[in-house]
Amino acid sequence: MKAGKLFLILVAGSLFGAGLAISGMTDPARVIGFLDVFGAWDPALIVVMAGAVGVYGLGMLALRRFGSQSLKLPLASASPIDRRLIIGAAIFGVGWGLGGFCPGPALANLGALRVEALLFVPAMAIGMLVAQRGFGADR
Amino acid sequence: MDHYTLFNPLIGGILIGLASLVATVLSGKIPGISGVFGRLLVPATPDKTWRAVFLLGLIGGAALSFVLWQSAALYRPMRPLVVMAIAGLLVGFGTRLGGGCTSGHGVCGVGMGAKDSIAATLIFMGAGMLTVFIYHRVIQ
Repeated sequence: MKAGKLFLILVAGSLFGAGLAISGMTDPARVIGFLDVFGAWDPALIVVMAGAVGVYGLGMLALRRFGSQSLKLPLASASPIDRRLIIGAAIFGVGWGLGGFCPGPALANLGALRVEALLFVPAMAIGMLVAQRGFGADR
Repeated sequence: MDHYTLFNPLIGGILIGLASLVATVLSGKIPGISGVFGRLLVPATPDKTWRAVFLLGLIGGAALSFVLWQSAALYRPMRPLVVMAIAGLLVGFGTRLGGGCTSGHGVCGVGMGAKDSIAATLIFMGAGMLTVFIYHRVIQ
């Protein structure tokens, strides 16, 4: 990738990190508050998802319809809803509920050198390596 | 933006969607964080540079936001460190087994209407809610 494109990737990554922080998703209490449907429920996460899904979905639709032919846009996955997907998503959900971190917010909190993130991210890398060694990187 | 209202998650979500869109166009891949990070750990991955740059940007953009806005800097740890380590292992293993996390499945996949991503998102949200229920009522 050329330097200009890489700079834009850096900008995109920064916007992503800023979005996570501004939305409050780097605060584990807010994420666990969303998952705590039988407690003091916090709707913030669903607002984040609605905003992100709306912009991404409409953006991809517009790019496919009006974008240049030279754009190499990935297709929506046509993968089946198989055992691997179901078990993987369930295990992820258990870890998410336990810690209040999904991968993005865990990495974002490295930016404040928070001890939970400094512990969580290496553990996450180990979990990823085990899954990828055992079952391959592609679902 | 020092005071947190529901505009914060709305603005944040729009930024996340926009950033994912730009990264999709530039990389030609679906830029889910677990996939971007997980594939960096595979020696044979050919396109490591943009992945590393994207994640460094993510960390830098968050760090800058923590400094700029009080509402973004709010951080309330909820769990003992041993629980965080176990959670990290499960999140890493589960996201790579299931082929995505909150961004790859939850934002990009759901945004494109992919059935497997919609299923994954419902499953990890359900499992997360059940886990929080059990943790708060039984363990804690």
